[in-house]
Amino acid sequence: MLIADELTLCQDDWQGCFSLTLRRGEILGVLGHSGAGKSTLMALLAGFLRPDGGRLLYRSPDKVEQDLLPLAPAARPFTSLFQSHNLFEHLSARDNIGLGLHPNLRLNQAQQAAITAAAQRLGIAELLDRRPDQLSGGQQQRVALARCLVRRQPFLLLDEPFSALDPALRQEMLAELASLARDEDIGVLFITHQPDEVRQIGERFVLIEAGAVAWEGSVEELAAPRGAAVSRYLGLSAPAG
Amino acid sequence: MPRRYWWLPGGITAGLLLAVGLGPLIALLSQAPLAATPLWQDPYLRQVVIFSLGQAALSTGLSLLLALPVSRALHRRRFAGRSLLLKLFGLSQVLPVIIALFGLVAVHGHGGWLARLLSSLGLSLPQYLYGLSGIVLAHLFFNVPLAARWWLQSLERLPANQWRLAEQLGLASWSLFHHLEWPALRAQLPALAGLIFMLCFTSFATVMALGGGPGATTLEVAIYQALRYDFDLQAAGQLALWQLLLSGLILLLHHRWPSEPPQLKVSDHYRRQDGARLGARLHDGASLALVALLYLPPLLAILLSGLRPELWRALASPRLWHSTGQSLLIGTLAASLALGLTLLLLISSRHLRLRLGRRHWAQGLESLGNLILVLPSAVLSTGLFILLMPFTDVFGLGLYLVVLINALASLPYTLRTLQPAMEAVAHRYDRLADSLGLAGLARLTRLEWPLLRPALGRAFALAMILSLGDLGAIALFGSGELQTLPWLLYQQLGSYRLNEAAATALLLLALCLALLGILERGIGGKDADCR
Repeated sequence: MLIADELTLCQDDWQGCFSLTLRRGEILGVLGHSGAGKSTLMALLAGFLRPDGGRLLYRSPDKVEQDLLPLAPAARPFTSLFQSHNLFEHLSARDNIGLGLHPNLRLNQAQQAAITAAAQRLGIAELLDRRPDQLSGGQQQRVALARCLVRRQPFLLLDEPFSALDPALRQEMLAELASLARDEDIGVLFITHQPDEVRQIGERFVLIEAGAVAWEGSVEELAAPRGAAVSRYLGLSAPAG
Repeated sequence: MPRRYWWLPGGITAGLLLAVGLGPLIALLSQAPLAATPLWQDPYLRQVVIFSLGQAALSTGLSLLLALPVSRALHRRRFAGRSLLLKLFGLSQVLPVIIALFGLVAVHGHGGWLARLLSSLGLSLPQYLYGLSGIVLAHLFFNVPLAARWWLQSLERLPANQWRLAEQLGLASWSLFHHLEWPALRAQLPALAGLIFMLCFTSFATVMALGGGPGATTLEVAIYQALRYDFDLQAAGQLALWQLLLSGLILLLHHRWPSEPPQLKVSDHYRRQDGARLGARLHDGASLALVALLYLPPLLAILLSGLRPELWRALASPRLWHSTGQSLLIGTLAASLALGLTLLLLISSRHLRLRLGRRHWAQGLESLGNLILVLPSAVLSTGLFILLMPFTDVFGLGLYLVVLINALASLPYTLRTLQPAMEAVAHRYDRLADSLGLAGLARLTRLEWPLLRPALGRAFALAMILSLGDLGAIALFGSGELQTLPWLLYQQLGSYRLNEAAATALLLLALCLALLGILERGIGGKDADCR
């Protein structure tokens, strides 16, 4: 389980303080207006930004707690998937996936096999020798997902990964993501602008407002909001009955 | 944190650059205290300063005056050879000055093409290539193409809809110029005029080759004469300080007049329709003919020099090949040094700018690489000369000093070439690389090298070509042993051995062009064009 406890960032004109938990195998939706701090939250978790205070802990299945804050991004139990630029444009799909296993691409047989297996799982086995500019947007995100898969990290941080895709393709990728989380027991933090996406594949959601978690609830509440913050975000005038 | 030592490369480089900049400066000041330079009491100094500024002003004014109609004509007309002409115009900035001077001498000099043409008609040509007129002519040769290309780009950036609108309103050619073209051209005027003035003010090779006697000497050439002929360190120091003061002043003025940043290029091109009238045809025809007559014959003379039968004999000269070897050695060392310094500076400045958010600190660090703009190479050389004189045989160190000054002179260009490329890599891939643990050697070989290779190739080629064409540093520190191709060419031009000069010029030109091709391919890799 991942535990963020009052993770605080103070900048000149912006402050944020986040607390949340994420279990393995669970998909947690993160909603909120632009500028509310969704991506900042993700950067704090991943280690791209250093917090000014708070704690970030990982409790492994055998109940051992590990402090994540001193760790470099690559040493934390996360894989990140951004909206774009997830792939190195000058490397083939195979090398892009392989970088998830070894930074210098010295791969043994087992690791080679892992790449092939992940590629087959995501239906891109035929495309491994192409470079990103020879792939469609959906195929590129599949390659990035395959890299997440081979890294075998317990958590996946997604920052609007499918927002640039066509509706049909997005549905396909969402389904893929849901089955991946279930089969591999991965905890997913899923930032999106689409409440529908969260309802479709998530169990819980948090609403970020002005640098803090303003509401936390189950996805059913997105259909029938109980909190004023959620109603406001969804553009409904008042909490429904 | 593996990035704990981010400040180290930039710090070392900054210290080095400051030492190389401040040391000579202090040496200069100690040799020639500023208070002891009453400009208006020394007639020689006064004359040199007035001539330096005057020739630069005259060259700038005439260049702009001629470039204005040329840029309009190029914008209005499409004709066979237009794109070739524009490509050749671009050459004026890459071509080593001394090669172009060879072309000018071959056309305009004593017994040159023009003189022979006129004498076959029974006319005689007054000698105009040496002195003020020759210097201005050479400056026109370099700067009219530069200004015309620059202004043509501003005209091409005008939105197509503005042309459509103006045409619908029936604006005549003059009104078009007044309302549409002139505002765009004027916006670039201060930057362009400042650049050309600075180029002419510090143009060493041209004045060396075409200036004659004390009446046509600029500060830089006067420094050279004081050091090499009179061995008068104090006079050289005084002149260098004046050079420093004046170029600092020009730079300051240049910065006070910021020009509008060029807007993004619009893809929507519009073919303007106002060129059909007789007046417009005459205007365009005359200006294009004039610039062609100014620019093309010297270029042709350089190319045709390869056809002379005497070329083969000249090519067999051992001196020529000795100079070629030295030129290549100096060029390679200078370009490597420049590239090394640039990379070290940029590693730290990139970290400051992108990862620590200290934009001003990063800019400050990078501006150290532009040292040579504030401390012109003639000033720097003089300072180094005075600084090292008491301790060692300066000419024994000549090679290294030339390498150092050439490297510093190309730093602004290598910085400008590599800075955007290095930032783009960090900007785009930092988070991804960090999240994958791609650091150290792996990051270097998998990420930075493949992506930076094209820019590295370009920067190296640029630095090497600049060094290959240098005449300033080699003039000061050269000796019987230390000979480069430009220095040899200068001596051959000075004694009118045009056949030998032709071979030297051709060899130098071939080297520059070949290097441009090889380096961009070699370091850039086969697929240097695609990212």
